[in-house]
Amino acid sequence: MTETSRHLPLRTPGSVLGPAAWIRRNLFPDWRQGLLTLLVLWLLIRTIPPLIDWLFIDAAWTGDRDDCVAAGGACWAFVGARWGQFIYGFYPPEHRWRVDLSMLALLASIAVLFLPRVPNKGWIITGSFIALPVVTVVLLHGGMLGLEVVPTDRWGGFMLTLVVAVAGMLGALPIGILMALGRRSRMPAIRIFCVTFIELFRAVPLITILFMASVMLPLFMPQGFTMDKLLRALIGVALFNGALMAEVIRGGLQAIPRGQFEAATASGMGYWKMMTFIILPQALRTVIPGLVNTYVAIIKDTTLVLIIGLFDLLGIVQAGISSSNWLAPSVTTTGYVFAGFGFWVLCFGLSRYSMHLERKLNTGQKK
Amino acid sequence: MADAAEIIRIDGLNKWFDQFHVLQDINLTVASGEKIVICGPSGSGKSTLIRCINQLETHQMGRIEINGQEINAEMKNIETLRARVGMVFQNFNLYPHLTVLENLTLAQIWVHHVPRKEADERAHHYLARVHIPDQAAKYPGQLSGGQQQRVAIARALCTRPEIMLFDEPTSALDPEMIKEVLDVMIELAGEGMTMVCVTHEMGFARKVANRIVFMDGGRIVEESDPEAFFQNPQTERGRTFLSQVLAH
Ligand SMILES: Nc1ncnc2c1ncn2[C@@H]1O[C@H](COP(=O)(O)OP(=O)(O)O)[C@@H](O)[C@H]1O
Ligand SMILES: [Mg+2]
Repeated sequence: MTETSRHLPLRTPGSVLGPAAWIRRNLFPDWRQGLLTLLVLWLLIRTIPPLIDWLFIDAAWTGDRDDCVAAGGACWAFVGARWGQFIYGFYPPEHRWRVDLSMLALLASIAVLFLPRVPNKGWIITGSFIALPVVTVVLLHGGMLGLEVVPTDRWGGFMLTLVVAVAGMLGALPIGILMALGRRSRMPAIRIFCVTFIELFRAVPLITILFMASVMLPLFMPQGFTMDKLLRALIGVALFNGALMAEVIRGGLQAIPRGQFEAATASGMGYWKMMTFIILPQALRTVIPGLVNTYVAIIKDTTLVLIIGLFDLLGIVQAGISSSNWLAPSVTTTGYVFAGFGFWVLCFGLSRYSMHLERKLNTGQKK
Repeated sequence: MADAAEIIRIDGLNKWFDQFHVLQDINLTVASGEKIVICGPSGSGKSTLIRCINQLETHQMGRIEINGQEINAEMKNIETLRARVGMVFQNFNLYPHLTVLENLTLAQIWVHHVPRKEADERAHHYLARVHIPDQAAKYPGQLSGGQQQRVAIARALCTRPEIMLFDEPTSALDPEMIKEVLDVMIELAGEGMTMVCVTHEMGFARKVANRIVFMDGGRIVEESDPEAFFQNPQTERGRTFLSQVLAH
């Protein structure tokens, strides 16, 4: 801790040498690097100004389709007109505050991750991420505490993307941990079950699993028993990614030296205490990059729920650009840019967080 | 019934790793407060023997009793038994993701249900006893090997074990750090702890051991008091071994 504060950032050479020297040293140190610099510069000049023109200068900020066609740039008017739908789907406008509140709950849970090192931080985090789905279901679905029921076929847009992504992430991690542990179990029945589960779900595309969940599963359900379509999709996403995550986590478990298991066992810890306090904390932190990969994939894969008739952010944007009063090429492009930006924000945020986490975990215990 | 002062009793112990007969007809008793040093060439089964005492290894034949209670692979409360036996390893095996303080309090809190405040106090007490009172907030990776091994000893002592097992505690250390660890072990011996140490530190053995157990090929070949063993080993293998360890 005192260690890190001594490593102040190095002063940049520019602050010592002046700008001209800095440019020569960093951009044109020899003719090959100089050529590359010029090439990159040329590419930037060719792409950035037209992009800025399209995004801002020539963009139509208000109006309708005809204004957009006239402006020639991006059609932000379309995004503005459909904003409510893009964010909330078909959620009844008078109940949208419930969505806002559950998004706040999500933000609060994320904020907990950034708490300074306090005693029992692990438990606080675990607790908040167990409470989150409960609070979210009560808020979004209702039927409790005097909240009117909003059936899941009204959910959509960015909010549905978040629901699928967060449920996938929160579901996949414990499934992945249990399956990874089970695959290393000494009990053959558990091991065979976990191997079968992992290999089955890994070998099948997510689309197939979603189709099975939405079309096939109801056929096998007992008469009179129905399960919400969204819930079935969420279970499918969690199981699929749980299987992927299990293999990532198993890699981490294999990296833990035998002495760690022995020290924990010798101190009188049973299997679950040893795993909870000694083995998993170390195994999970060695595989953070792999876990984040899976998490980013989960976010991007949320778009696949479109094929079983659920409208996530991309789905609802697509529906919007094909509506008759907004048919125009610039509207189409704007819609996809907007949806792409939405996903990029989520994935980029996640990967920044993982870098922060790795840095934080590494400061204390360097070898 | 076991003698009241007898804390470990091993009768006719045999163990195999698959086909390999690693421990053969081991008989050994340790009285409460006794210090036993086990030595012998590499691969003779020393580690396996002391790991059987807290059942890190399970045996296939024979009987091991701790305080008159038989222990084996099938027993229900094996964790309760292990909690009463402290162990120190050759490679320290500290938990690298936890601070020194957390290393010392974890088993106290989660195995022995000591309240956190008392666990912290005990941890600081034992850190002072192993002469590193000011390193509690560091991570193991920031300490020297000798300091890490002393933390490992303190970690085992924190839970107030009845028996301490040491498996070559100094053989992974640089020579200049061996003494600081041995000093701590000698102090511990002076306080009456029951100790079973696998070590080749013959100076330590001379100073603290009540008995030397010499193993070779999975058997106890000699068992005698230190002076007798060092002056006049009873077996040819014992003589060869002694001449080798005393050579350095
Ligand atoms: N888990 C194991 N599986 C198979 N053989 C083992 C295992 N552990 C130890 N052995 C073998 O048992 C013998 C005794 O090992 P060990 O008790 O570690 O010896 P020492 O500690 O005296 O050097 C060695 O030949 C070793 O190779
Ligand atoms: Mg050994």
